[in-house]
Parts: sequence; structure tokens; C-alpha cells
Amino acid sequence: MAEVFVAAPDLPPPPSTTGAIGWLRENLFKGWFNSTLTLLAMAFLAYAVPPLVSWFLIDATFVGDAETCRAAGGACWSFIGAEFKLFMVGTYPNDATWRALLSGAMLVTLFVVTARHMLSPLVAAALWLLLPIPVYWLLGGGLGLEPVEESRWGGLMLTLLLAVIGVVVSVPLGVLLALGRRSRFIAIKSLSIGIIELVRGVPMITILFMATIMLPFFLPEGVELGVLHRVQIGIIIFSSAYMAEVVRGGLQGVDRSQIEAAAALGLRGWHTTVFIVLPQALRDVLPPLIGRCIALLKDTSLVIIVGLLDFLGIAKAASQDPAWLGFDAEAFVFCAAIYWALCFSLSRYGRSLERRGHGAFRD
Amino acid sequence: MTTEQHDTPHAAPGDAVISMEGVHKWFGDFHVLKNIDLEVKQGERIVICGPSGSGKSTLIRCINRLEEHQRGRIIVNGTELTSDVKNIERTRRDVGMVFQHFNLFPHLTILENLALAPIWVRKTPRKEAEALAMRYLERVDIAEQAGKYPGQLSGGQQQRVAIARSLCMNPSVMLFDEPTSALDPEMIKEVLDVMVELAEEGMTMLCVTHEMGFAKSVANRVIFMDFGEIVEQNDPDNFFNNPKMDRTQLFLSQILSH
Ligand SMILES: Nc1ncnc2c1ncn2[C@@H]1O[C@H](COP(=O)(O)OP(=O)(O)OP(=O)(O)O)[C@@H](O)[C@H]1O
Ligand SMILES: [Mg+2]
Repeated sequence: MAEVFVAAPDLPPPPSTTGAIGWLRENLFKGWFNSTLTLLAMAFLAYAVPPLVSWFLIDATFVGDAETCRAAGGACWSFIGAEFKLFMVGTYPNDATWRALLSGAMLVTLFVVTARHMLSPLVAAALWLLLPIPVYWLLGGGLGLEPVEESRWGGLMLTLLLAVIGVVVSVPLGVLLALGRRSRFIAIKSLSIGIIELVRGVPMITILFMATIMLPFFLPEGVELGVLHRVQIGIIIFSSAYMAEVVRGGLQGVDRSQIEAAAALGLRGWHTTVFIVLPQALRDVLPPLIGRCIALLKDTSLVIIVGLLDFLGIAKAASQDPAWLGFDAEAFVFCAAIYWALCFSLSRYGRSLERRGHGAFRD
Repeated sequence: MTTEQHDTPHAAPGDAVISMEGVHKWFGDFHVLKNIDLEVKQGERIVICGPSGSGKSTLIRCINRLEEHQRGRIIVNGTELTSDVKNIERTRRDVGMVFQHFNLFPHLTILENLALAPIWVRKTPRKEAEALAMRYLERVDIAEQAGKYPGQLSGGQQQRVAIARSLCMNPSVMLFDEPTSALDPEMIKEVLDVMVELAEEGMTMLCVTHEMGFAKSVANRVIFMDFGEIVEQNDPDNFFNNPKMDRTQLFLSQILSH
């Protein structure tokens, strides 16, 4: 007769390898080098955290004027509250604030809807491309709305405006430049390479100065462009060159056999580019494209040097307010927190795309 | 049906669909095709075989101008292939091609893969193109996968989709470049079955393959290539039973020995 096999019972692991102790051992105290680093890090935290906590929270003032703040000695968050509108929209007129809010709401809605993959990529792209139209109308006025001068646009609103329009326009331009770079026509090819390499070889500040000072020379007689528009154009030119390089990487990644299959079906070059090559290239480079968007959002803070009061500029200006002197740190901490939140959400979106990219319809 | 019109009418049986006269091609200094003369008549089914690197792929890729020949003439459906882009596009619409690695478009669904060319090349209205695509998907027995992406299908299914994609353009000739050699053995048959069916319906076919069973049962003519030349061609019976050239004999003994 055959012997009956009985599985051995599971034994619990040694206690020191699992649970909290096991985790500590594995992650913080594995070997003398690791343990020393852990102890050093703890010492640093013990030294740095308590003063920060008391400045941020314990000694901080949340309601009250500048005097209350100075007496308490901690952070003066009521300053942020008092200047909140300035931070958000600069000196945009009070009775038109709703227009800025509505624009912001449109932007946030579109971002959320896109980030949650609730729209097909084509519809999402179309909506982003169209977004500047209602936003410009709302912010600038005209057609039934009271006009608001551009010099009064500022704060976070201006930062987002420069960045979003910068991205929305520079991505298609970048695609065109990247395609141009691969063109059979030498003239188009050299022009594209020329623009890309010229722009990439120059710091953004230089481009901003050149845009504000030199653009008017190129405009036809009688056409005037405000500083804001000139800066916006500068940002778009700068960003397009970088977007083009990202897109080029994607174009190179599309296998030649795809182009051959399209050609064998009789598709024209343009159809092949639009329906076969670009969708695959863009899908592959979405994460680095998002990376460029983050970089651009941060780069817009450079517009301060041509006198625009974007989010960072307004933070600096607000801390010069005679009623609230001496609270620069709060202004910059607030500014940094908002920048971080924006960039972090974008970067999370990029990560979610990377994960999706490895999903079902990859070959 | 009006939307399946051809720029060049399908030839009558017996007319030459493809004729190559003294075709030479070089890759740089490398003489890959040497003095190729080949005429393919309407309804003919030709199998091309030969050792790796002998120029089989290059030969059939010249027929739809995926490769450019440098000497000689290639005439497809009465149009000579030159650098004239219009002629090339017209020829490609009428010549279907199936690749070793399927080359489906990974970002499009199966249905979109099939409907794309009819919509943009033949200007068929979308609804009609999709109905046409579904008909061909049913023919290759894969209609239930229409909404999936190529990456979700097995190799055999992908190759059947690729064949259906070509058929949607209602081609007058089909070129196959080793359509089964990237497939697992158990999937080869499902693809060969589709090809046999096509042959039975009278499709003109040029097929690079080492599936000798297919060659014996389907081909009217088997062509053996080596070093860029057509070494020998004959009907399958004579080709396999009394090959004349020693190179053919050697090749056959090699591939039939396993
Ligand atoms: N684009 C190219 N540039 C240079 N040489 C090439 C190119 N394509 C093919 N060749 C060479 O031409 C020769 C013939 O290639 P071809 O692909 O036509 O051979 P084949 O008979 O189809 O071989 P296989 O059975 O391996 O597919 C090979 O030596 C190959 O290396
Ligand atoms: Mg080959």
C-alpha cells in the first residue's frame, strides 16, 4: 500500500524577523553603517524639528494684526489671510474677481477630469487647446464684459495663465518642430534644427529679455503687444524647443515596421504621421512631457525680472506692505507650499500615466 | 459596390498582374537582386523559397516599393513603378501585404486597424468601412475580438487580423512575407487555413514561406532563390520530385530532412 502524505504544519517565523522589531532591524539598523546613519538622522531631527514646530504652529498667529504676530514671535499666518486675494490674483479688480475664479474653476475641472482619465485622449487634448479662449475672454473682458488691463493681472492667476498657455501652445509647436526636424525638405529641416538648437543654447532669462525688448521690432506698424503677451510669447518659444526634443525621442521610438505597414496599405505620409506615428510617439513620451510642464510652471517665476508680478513676485511685493513688514518668510513658505502642491499633483498624474502605459494595449 | 472600386481594373484571368523584367537591386555595394525576371498572372499562386539572406523579402518588397529597385522594370496592374509618388500610392492600394511580425497598429483596436485604410485611402464613409471590416473579421473567424487591442490577441489571431486588414482594401494581389514563421507551431495551421481559403477563392498570391505542405497543395509554381537570383522555378510536382539544379536539391534536402 502507498504511504499517505501529510503536509507538515506551518511554523511561525522567528519573532525578530517580522512585526515592528523586524521592520526596524531590516530598514534602520542593518549593519553598523546603517545604524550610525539612523542615529545621526535622529539627532538632526531632534535638533531641527521642535523649533520648526513651534514657529509653524505653537507660537504662530492665525488671527490678528501685525502687532499680535510680533508679540507671539511665531509665524504670522494671518498675514497670508489678509493678503490672500493679492496672492491669488494680484491687483485684479474686486468686482471682476468672479471671472478669475471661474477661469480657475475651469482649469481645475479640466485637470481633474483629465487626470482621472475620464475623457478620451483626443477630447481631452481638444479641450485643453480650446481652454485659452474662454479664459482670455473672462480675464481680459470685451464682448459684454468690462475690460481689465493686463497690468492688473497677477499672483497665482498670472503664474497659471503663463504656464498653462505656455504648455498648451508649445506642445503642438514642439510636435511641429520635431516633425520638421525629420522632414525630407532640407529647408524645413534646417529651420527646425536651427530654432531648437538656438533656443536650447540660451538661458530662459535671455529669451524673456529678448522677447520684451526685441519682439516689438518684428511687429507690423501699429500693432502693440503688452509686456505680458511678449513674455508669454517668449515662454512659448522657449518651451517649444524643449517639447520638440521630448517628442523627437518618441518619434524615434516608433518602429519602422509600423510605417511600412501603413505604407503597404496605401496610406499617405501625412496620414501615417497623424494616425500611426504621432499617437504612439506621444503616448510613449507623455511622462517626460509632464515633466517639462512641471519645469515650465516653475520657470514662469522668472518673469519677475521683466517686472511682472506673478505668484512669487507678488509674495515679494506683499511682504513690503508697510502694514505687514517683516513677514517675508511666511510669504515664501506659503508660495513654496502652493508651488509644491501644483508640481506634486502634476507629477502624480505623470506617474499614473506611466503605470497605464504598461497596461493592456501595449504590444 | 461603389466604395471598393479600383484605380486600375482587376485583370482578367491569364493577364499579367505583376511583371518584373531584368530587375537589379543593390544595398550599397551589395548586389541583393540579380536580373530578376518574373511574371505573375491573374489568379496565380506562387511560393518563393530559398536560404536566409537570398533576397526573398527584398524581391516582394520591391513589388509595392517598400524597397526601390535600381535597374529593370516592375509593372503592377499595368503601371510601371517609378519614383512617381502617385503611382506608388495607387499600386500600394491594390497590393496587399502581410508581414512576418504582423505589424498591427498597437494603439488602435482591431476594428480600427481594419477600417483605417478604407476610410482614409478609399474615402469610404466610416460606418460602411466598419461594416466592411466586420465582414472580413468574420471571414477570418475573429469578429468577437473587434474591440480589443492587438496586444491582447495571440500571434495566430494577430496574423489573421493582419490578413483581414489587407483584404479590406480589396487588393488584386496579396504578398506574404513568411506569414507563419513568427508563430508558435500550434498557431500555424489557423493562418495557413485562411491562406488556403483565399487561394481557393482565386486570389493572386505571392508567398515567401518554408511551409512546403502549403506549397505542394496550393501553389501553381514554386520559385527557388539563392544569392539574389531565381535559380529554378517549376510546378510543385516537378519542383519537389525532380529539381534540376544542385542548389535546389541541396536546399530541399536540408529543409525536408526535418
Ligand atoms: N535595408 C538593408 N540594408 C542593407 N542590407 C540589407 C537590407 N535589407 C536586407 N539586406 C540584406 O540583403 C540580403 C537579403 O535580404 P532579404 O531580407 O531579402 O533576405 P531573405 O531571403 O528574405 O532572408 P530571410 O529568410 O532571412 O528573411 C541579406 O543579406 C540582408 O542582410
Ligand atoms: Mg525575409
